[in-house]
Amino acid sequence: MNNFSYIQADKAKEATAAKRDDKSAAFIAGGTTLLDLMKSNVENHDQLIDVNLLPFRGIEMTKDGLRIGALERMSDVGAHPLVAQQFPAVAESLLLAASAQLRNMASIGGNVLQRTRCGYFRDTAFPCNKREPGTGCPALEGDNRNLAILGTSETCIATSYPGDLSVALIALDAVLTLENAKGKQRQVPITKFYLLPGTTPQRETVLEADELIVAVTIPQTEAARKSKYLKVRDRASYAYALVSAAVGLEVQGGTIRAARVALGGVGAQPWRCSEAEKMLVGKPATEATFRAAAELALRGAKPREHNAYKIEMAKNTLVRALSEVAV
Amino acid sequence: METNQKENAPTNVVGKPLDRVDGPAKVTGAARYSAEINVPGTVHGVLKTSTIAKGRITSIDTSRAAKEPGILNIFTHENLPKPAKTPKQIEKWRAAQSYLPMQDNQIQYAGQPVALVVATTLEAATQAAALIKVTYQVETPIDSYLDPKAELFDPQKIQSGKKDAHVVRGNPQQAYDGAALKHEATYVHAINHHSPMESAATLAVWEGADKLTVYEASQNVTMHQGNLAELLGMPREQIRVVTKYIGGGFGCKGSFWPHTILTVLAARAVNRPVKLALTRQQMFTGVGHREDQEQTLKLGATADGKLVSIVHTKKATTSPWDNYTESNGKIMDMLYACENYSTVYELARANVMTSVWMRAPGEGPGSFALESSMDDLANQLNIDPLEIRLRNYADHDHSNGKPWSSKSLKQCYTRGAELFGWDKRNPKPGQTRRGRMLVGHGMASATYPVHSSQGTARVRLFADGHAVVEAGATDLGTGTYTVMTQVSADALGLPPEKIRFELGDTRLPTAPGSGGSVAAGTVASSIMAAAQDVWDKMVKMAVADKKSPLYKAKPTDVKVELGRMFLIKDPKKGETLVAALGRSGQPDIEGSGTGRYGAGYEEKNFGQNGADPNNDNKEKKTGGHSMHSFGAHFCEVEVDPDLGTIRVTRWVGVHGAGTVLNLKTATSQMTGGAIYGIGAALMEDTFRDPNFARYTNADLAGYHVPVNADIPNMQVEFVPETDPYINLLGVKGIGELGMVGVTAAVANAVFNATGRRLRSLPMTPDKVLEAMRLPA
Repeated sequence: MNNFSYIQADKAKEATAAKRDDKSAAFIAGGTTLLDLMKSNVENHDQLIDVNLLPFRGIEMTKDGLRIGALERMSDVGAHPLVAQQFPAVAESLLLAASAQLRNMASIGGNVLQRTRCGYFRDTAFPCNKREPGTGCPALEGDNRNLAILGTSETCIATSYPGDLSVALIALDAVLTLENAKGKQRQVPITKFYLLPGTTPQRETVLEADELIVAVTIPQTEAARKSKYLKVRDRASYAYALVSAAVGLEVQGGTIRAARVALGGVGAQPWRCSEAEKMLVGKPATEATFRAAAELALRGAKPREHNAYKIEMAKNTLVRALSEVAV
Repeated sequence: METNQKENAPTNVVGKPLDRVDGPAKVTGAARYSAEINVPGTVHGVLKTSTIAKGRITSIDTSRAAKEPGILNIFTHENLPKPAKTPKQIEKWRAAQSYLPMQDNQIQYAGQPVALVVATTLEAATQAAALIKVTYQVETPIDSYLDPKAELFDPQKIQSGKKDAHVVRGNPQQAYDGAALKHEATYVHAINHHSPMESAATLAVWEGADKLTVYEASQNVTMHQGNLAELLGMPREQIRVVTKYIGGGFGCKGSFWPHTILTVLAARAVNRPVKLALTRQQMFTGVGHREDQEQTLKLGATADGKLVSIVHTKKATTSPWDNYTESNGKIMDMLYACENYSTVYELARANVMTSVWMRAPGEGPGSFALESSMDDLANQLNIDPLEIRLRNYADHDHSNGKPWSSKSLKQCYTRGAELFGWDKRNPKPGQTRRGRMLVGHGMASATYPVHSSQGTARVRLFADGHAVVEAGATDLGTGTYTVMTQVSADALGLPPEKIRFELGDTRLPTAPGSGGSVAAGTVASSIMAAAQDVWDKMVKMAVADKKSPLYKAKPTDVKVELGRMFLIKDPKKGETLVAALGRSGQPDIEGSGTGRYGAGYEEKNFGQNGADPNNDNKEKKTGGHSMHSFGAHFCEVEVDPDLGTIRVTRWVGVHGAGTVLNLKTATSQMTGGAIYGIGAALMEDTFRDPNFARYTNADLAGYHVPVNADIPNMQVEFVPETDPYINLLGVKGIGELGMVGVTAAVANAVFNATGRRLRSLPMTPDKVLEAMRLPA
């Protein structure tokens, strides 16, 4: 880890301006991802801007839905009764993530900006197009067991966001509120927040250099209230998802009225399965329907040597999750 | 002196579930691990390691690094002072790896040290290491025995020349060919890393040009001292190695690795104490690993399932220099009654560091193959997995024809089955459901040899009723401090709080390290022998003392038990050691002794053929006894057939391991052994990139070990077992036993749950799903 300077911002503008003026600076909230990346020299920042004192707090119902301040901690949000009751997939995605210690530290805004667990990205001894554009992607012919099968490119097959929360947020059409150095806020649906790798895997989100995540707002829907996050992993706790599914269903009289389907662990970014959702609406809430939706969701998957299992695992995970929320 | 006891002496605290005597020091932070020792003037060393796996260094630019504040020196192969000898030049090199990096510009494995920065702060040294720019001429590495470029060869000998790479008994191939029942299967084992909580660490303190103290995370201070003496060309007396506490080792701290000598050389050059701890990432390329390997096992049996032949071969990856590989065949040679057996090892050189013993080396992966195949045989014959084992029960050791010194495996089977409710198991695979989950029950046997070992100890009993007991052993965290306190307490008749047991220092009487499960039995026996030396001296004193109830007794008529001397014929006549010593006016009395463990003990006390000279019923078996602990694991799993996850939901382990010194620490150790095995069974897997020969998951986020949520309530028991042949106290070590057979027990349960046989470890969800796609 290189030497860096540290400032603590009292006001949003102070933080965003400092970031605008220093291309090598980074915001720090919980630091649970950033410190790891800096210790392994994957990220080298000469300045850290502590945003923990900013007023981006609160978990409250608004007319647009549940608004969660970006600096709320994962553990607090996961345990909040409003979240647990109205958005169970969000609560589950938070509580199944990381460890208790990490959840106590990690912020919601930081969680959304987690970076990939691809072993080639996190070890500077390897080439990596995401870390050093143009150097190559050894994962294509190497350790790709945990990597993506949807939305990848020849330059990068990482699951760029490896976490859980954004999978639930993307299923439930959450909207991010961003604020820049001019103090100007904009709303970005999380479905449009993440970028696919294409030829520029180093660009992961639409966040501008001087922008901070202020809040996440999740619309209140029946499908959100009947939602679930299901995570499959190599051990029972403290592991990233091999595959996960965030689903929500509104079922009336056995017929699906609305569906929300997203997958984690399989996409280059958290993967919203819009076609599967469209297909589900109006159909009977049966396992056969869910199976057909799962087939649709995984259509076009491009597996590599070690991650072909994800196709079947993802399908089964989706069917399981949909079956459980349909009950 | 050392006196043979035909039966176990009465005990007061030995065997009791005494709380760890070092517990308070550990939970309050008073216990200092090697990297936590503070010596005035200490500076910090940080290694920079090779990014490539093969090639050579063409240049090293330290100019930016040198500008960091507080840098004392940056050592590379160009300026690091040379040791007096390299491991290759040392005849008695006692370590798995014989290659010492930073002697030239060659790179042989990824993660090989290329520079060592010494700075006044850890932060400066760390950052400077990152700023060193090393330029390499890269060559294409070989990543494993599976690499098309790799060439398998016959090593003739394995494990530093200690063991044959070919073992044949009887006529195995012919017996296999003629067998009524044949079973052949190939088993794959992933690369595993020991991953103890405490990383490897060295604090090197030169006290003058020819006097060195090293605080090392060592499972064997004598080994570290001996190797350092050879490398430095110094008398070993001038080198002191200290290890007071260890935060787990599992074998990786029982060998000698480059960081230790590099730190020592750097410390001498900068003339300051240097502390160096490997980072977690460096732990994956700094202290060995369990090698990637596959075994092919052929079992031939009679129509009713009696083994007639065991044909075993193993292929594995080894380093460019050493022929280390685990001896998987050992357990196949002796666990069952079978007259024909062979094993052959083939190795391939790859650009990896030398692998090393890791908990249950050989027996761990070996039992996976053997006990999985035995389960298959039982299924082929449609008999219970316990029944096939009973049909092949070895009433003596078929590998050498010797009788067992003791064996309680049948009792372990019976008791384990009873605790588990084995009779309720559905023998038909794939038939038992719990909701969506498939439920399966599996079992496997465990065994581990009593290796021959010996050590010394010193006991000093004080007239005020306390004692200091010393042996240069180590405590991995498993309870050496505690059990030796108990042994000492009973030997001297004192309460445990009156005993101070010291270990982990080459200044103390030489004792074996913690490895091969020899420590508990050897050190306990050494203490007992030293206590007996005190007894003898005290008895002599008492019989000459007019005020003693034993005055004028013949010393041979006096017995000592629990610290009290008494007349054998009139036990009421006697007194305690402390009472007699108090009256003598002498402030203390010291005794020392040598304890023997295993064959060496038997030879000394029973003769070469193991016959008890005091026993009328003279067994005439040649060569004494075969010495092993045994046990049985019973396991329940739930398998999610759609998602591929396996959860262990119940565990029973029952073991026969001679005298149990402390029921609590022993139970914990056996539980931990099973958990270690569950890790190997279900999740532990280091991935070495085939093109770069470099690990891609070298940290504890990427390398999964079990967490609490993976582990159910574990039930562990010991069956009572007395063994007069193995050592003074009848103790069999339990460091490895708990892990042997665990992976097979899990795999057998998975088979029972799903009807699918998984032969590649770890059994991760992807492999389960793949197996589920195939017909049962």
